[in-house]
Amino acid sequence: MKVSRRDLLAGAAGVVALGTTSAMQAPTPDTTKVRGKPSRALGQRAATEKIQRQARGVNSSGTPHQDLYGTITPSDLHFERHHGGVPEIDPRSYSLLIHGMVEHPMVFSLADLKRFPAVSRVHFLECSGNFGGRTANVELTPQQLAGLTSTSEWTGVPLATLFREVGASPKATWFLAEGQDAAVMTRSIPVAKAYDDAMIAYGQNGEAIRPEQGYPARLLLPGWEGNSNVKWLRRIELSDRPFMTREETSKYTDPMADGTARIFSFLMDARSLITYPAYPVTLTRGWVEINGIAWTGSGKIERVDVSTDGGATWTAARLQEPVLPKAHTRFRHLWKWAGGEAVIMSRAVDETGYSQPTKDALIAQRGISSVGYHTNPITGWLIRSDGTVVYRAEPWS
Amino acid sequence: MTIRDFVRSAALCIVGVTLAAGGRAVVRLDAQAKPATPSKSAPQPPATFGIGRPATPAEIAAWDIDVGPDGAGLPPGRGTAAEGAPIFASHCASCHGKTGKEGPNDVLVGRLPGDGFPFAQDARTPKTIGSYWPYATTVFDYIRRAMPPDTPGSLKDGDVYSLVAYLLVLNELVPADTVIDAASLPKVKMPAHDRFVPDERGAPKPRKGR
Repeated sequence: MKVSRRDLLAGAAGVVALGTTSAMQAPTPDTTKVRGKPSRALGQRAATEKIQRQARGVNSSGTPHQDLYGTITPSDLHFERHHGGVPEIDPRSYSLLIHGMVEHPMVFSLADLKRFPAVSRVHFLECSGNFGGRTANVELTPQQLAGLTSTSEWTGVPLATLFREVGASPKATWFLAEGQDAAVMTRSIPVAKAYDDAMIAYGQNGEAIRPEQGYPARLLLPGWEGNSNVKWLRRIELSDRPFMTREETSKYTDPMADGTARIFSFLMDARSLITYPAYPVTLTRGWVEINGIAWTGSGKIERVDVSTDGGATWTAARLQEPVLPKAHTRFRHLWKWAGGEAVIMSRAVDETGYSQPTKDALIAQRGISSVGYHTNPITGWLIRSDGTVVYRAEPWS
Repeated sequence: MTIRDFVRSAALCIVGVTLAAGGRAVVRLDAQAKPATPSKSAPQPPATFGIGRPATPAEIAAWDIDVGPDGAGLPPGRGTAAEGAPIFASHCASCHGKTGKEGPNDVLVGRLPGDGFPFAQDARTPKTIGSYWPYATTVFDYIRRAMPPDTPGSLKDGDVYSLVAYLLVLNELVPADTVIDAASLPKVKMPAHDRFVPDERGAPKPRKGR
């Protein structure tokens, strides 16, 4: 057989092309033709799932909302915020002291806490400093914009049960909650919250609380700013006045436009966040289910409005049932993207009638610079004609 | 019984048999079980459960380190700015700056013209002890419990009083030779004391009819 030069070149090109193809498309083994892996003691994510928290310095990390689907945050992706690092506490030596204006100052071990009748409730937590949107950076993920909020099912003993156990004085109006971390974190909390829905939580999503969330036990104040939910709780002191700790005076207070500063601003107001589509997604034309999470410290989310025209018109989204009080609620809104630039936004309304404010309304009330804490404005994502999605950065002036 | 009735009952009988033969009839295994006690007659929670143990005075004293705005909880001891200066230089200046103004961490020192309160309008104005902190007692409480970050809780009470005195003097809140102790500290007037107001949002209530 005579082989021409042309044939040789064509054959070589074919080999090269084949090689390239096989390198780009890793052979997918037929899983129906090989036996799978055996059972194991501890489950793991699929090897292809690279989901992670994103650290902000050494004192916090955010939940990657752009990679999550439902309403419960996987425990290892729950956001972190701490003021003296994460302590390693031996649960066998853990104890909770309750004293002050009580009939019987008492100490409870972790085993003691678990003997009390327990409750499990699904609640969000949110750092009151959870706003990364005051930036000109449009390459901002939902995690960077609002990653410091997460939802878990918490299990623990109602604080009211413990207050009855120690004989809390009816004259006590405040209690100090103190942590066992290097910051020995302290916050003053109104006693009324203890008789409302506060609990000492030791369970998170069915297992022991993670170290970053306060292992082995923490204070949980549903709907109130994260910092007041003191982790690694070691002491509660009842009193008839607040203690005016560093965190609640020099830090977690809100300067107002009228020259005052709000103190003890516990409540986390309603907010919503579109988690899809959002940066860094690229959209293809056609049907899109816009979806995200909404939450309020005041109770249940009543409605989430979605706009696909930059806020000119709004449509009520569908709320994923069950809608639980003081918990992330997922909303979904079907939209057909025909191409072309669009700004999509969401606006939460809660059962008290409170409606998530615009940036300008917040500034009018709080002042241009008072956006460190409790900053919950309506935000938007810009969909460009080529399908890329970026944060719609707005000037704060 | 008419023939029609007979046919009808036979048909019904056949249907029943068919159902049973088809395995559709549910056999309730718990049919013979005793009914549950109504939950309203279940035990009610007692006033107390008798869980936990009494705290000893020593245990309480070991952890009860908080200082109130009225000075409650301040320990014996005293300090002056002169005594505090070298402690600040060795333990604090690396994070807060040589005079408490330079950072890189929190700026602690500085007053504003007319003791103004521009924080809602100007994010660059640092919230110092002299411009923002409403209570001098908080300075003692916080330094004693959490500073310095690498060796928190390592300072003696007298050293903490001296550091507080030094910071109050740098902020021009007390004369340079002031002795700071449990009696004098709660009396220090802080410029921002009257700026703080309760949160007007209060406790929200669901709307009527919901």
